[in-house]
Amino acid sequence: MVVSRLIAPKFPGGGAKMEPYESGEPTIGSTRVPFKIGYYLFALVFLVFDVEALFLFPTLVLMRPAGEGTLPGISSALVFSEVLVFLAILGFALFYAWRKKALEWE
Amino acid sequence: MIDLTVTHPIGDRIREVLPPLPAALANGALAVASLALLVTVMAILLVWLERKVCARFQARLGPTRVGPFGLLQPIADALKLLMKENLRPTATDMVAYYLAPLLPITGSFLVLTVIPFDHNLQVANPGAGVVFVIAASGLGILGTLIGGWGSNNKYALLGSMRSGAQLFSYELSMVLCMLLVVMAAGSASLREIVLSQQGTVLDWWIFKLPGAGFAAFLLFLISSTAELNRGPLDLSEAEQELTGGFHTEYAGMSFSMFFLAEFVNMFAAAALGSTFFLGGFLAPQIGVHAVDAVLSFVPGVIWFGLKSGFLIFLYMWFRWTFPRLRIDHLLALEWKFLLPVSMGNLLLGATLVTFGLLLP
Repeated sequence: MVVSRLIAPKFPGGGAKMEPYESGEPTIGSTRVPFKIGYYLFALVFLVFDVEALFLFPTLVLMRPAGEGTLPGISSALVFSEVLVFLAILGFALFYAWRKKALEWE
Repeated sequence: MIDLTVTHPIGDRIREVLPPLPAALANGALAVASLALLVTVMAILLVWLERKVCARFQARLGPTRVGPFGLLQPIADALKLLMKENLRPTATDMVAYYLAPLLPITGSFLVLTVIPFDHNLQVANPGAGVVFVIAASGLGILGTLIGGWGSNNKYALLGSMRSGAQLFSYELSMVLCMLLVVMAAGSASLREIVLSQQGTVLDWWIFKLPGAGFAAFLLFLISSTAELNRGPLDLSEAEQELTGGFHTEYAGMSFSMFFLAEFVNMFAAAALGSTFFLGGFLAPQIGVHAVDAVLSFVPGVIWFGLKSGFLIFLYMWFRWTFPRLRIDHLLALEWKFLLPVSMGNLLLGATLVTFGLLLP
């Protein structure tokens, strides 16, 4: 981008060239229009899931070593049940969002 | 314990000659320079490939004039874009407008730093490499959102909002597919994941976890197509509806940064796919000694390139096979199908790993 800034030609601007592109029509009103609340809901549900997924990482990394018995005090049954709990919480969250129609797009 | 250091003959030689600090700096500079070279070459090659594959699917020839088989066409394109006027419409927010094109390319560059290209060819090998990949690819989403907002244009704003919703939704199922492999490999370091697939072809995670591995591979392909903003899931660009989506107001080099990031991202996603599911840089072994010896004689970089190239071809194939989805269908596909299925798949994988039901 720096190189381009140095070698790119500059043409006299002004007029319609510098206006926002709206298929040739001048923009009506501000661009900061309120947009659908749906996006916000999806972002919120995503946040729940992403944090859960991040917490799943350390648990899942332990699963193989626990199964091979190389971790003293942690059995594979314990790790497996933890994964079950995680997935149950995630599943419940998804079910709840689904039932509350947070995933609908009207 | 897992060994996380990356050694390479060139790097070791530099470490012998120079004292520690300059050696570390020199190695870092070398790594960044070679990655930058790789990114440039990859982008040029992929632009060419995209145009050729697209043309072939439509029974056209594609670029033929510039260089042999039109190979120099992308270079001509790049020079043309470099010479274009840098236009910034007056209504835009300057900081956001110039920051946005830099974020996606930074993100994909960071992803490439942890990908193991060969046994000793990797910039860094953090123990939580997979988490790093996910965090770095999040920068691309930020770039899209900031660009759409900073453009101060309704098309761009709508495009970036759609695109944000799409990108973070599909990231979830992609993360869950990666988690399956992380669990099966017992490590979140990308090199450990590749090395856990040693053996024959059947030891690759796509085959080794019966059913679950293949399902995860398919889910990964679909969700990474959406992550890459590629057709049929390229809603953020949707030329016919949004006149280009979030980069409507971009011109010249700042536009090409988005474009470049898209192609580098495609390579990064294909590289991740082959690392996670197709054995990365490992040569395919079929269990017959003579054939295996020949196959493993070929360097790992070549195998890595072939596997990633295959995945890239799959992405292009997707693009020209399916029509584009509508935004509500797209989100329903993710939240009501891909996400529950990948959660179930993770559960299936956990069961398989716990009860030792992997293929021998």
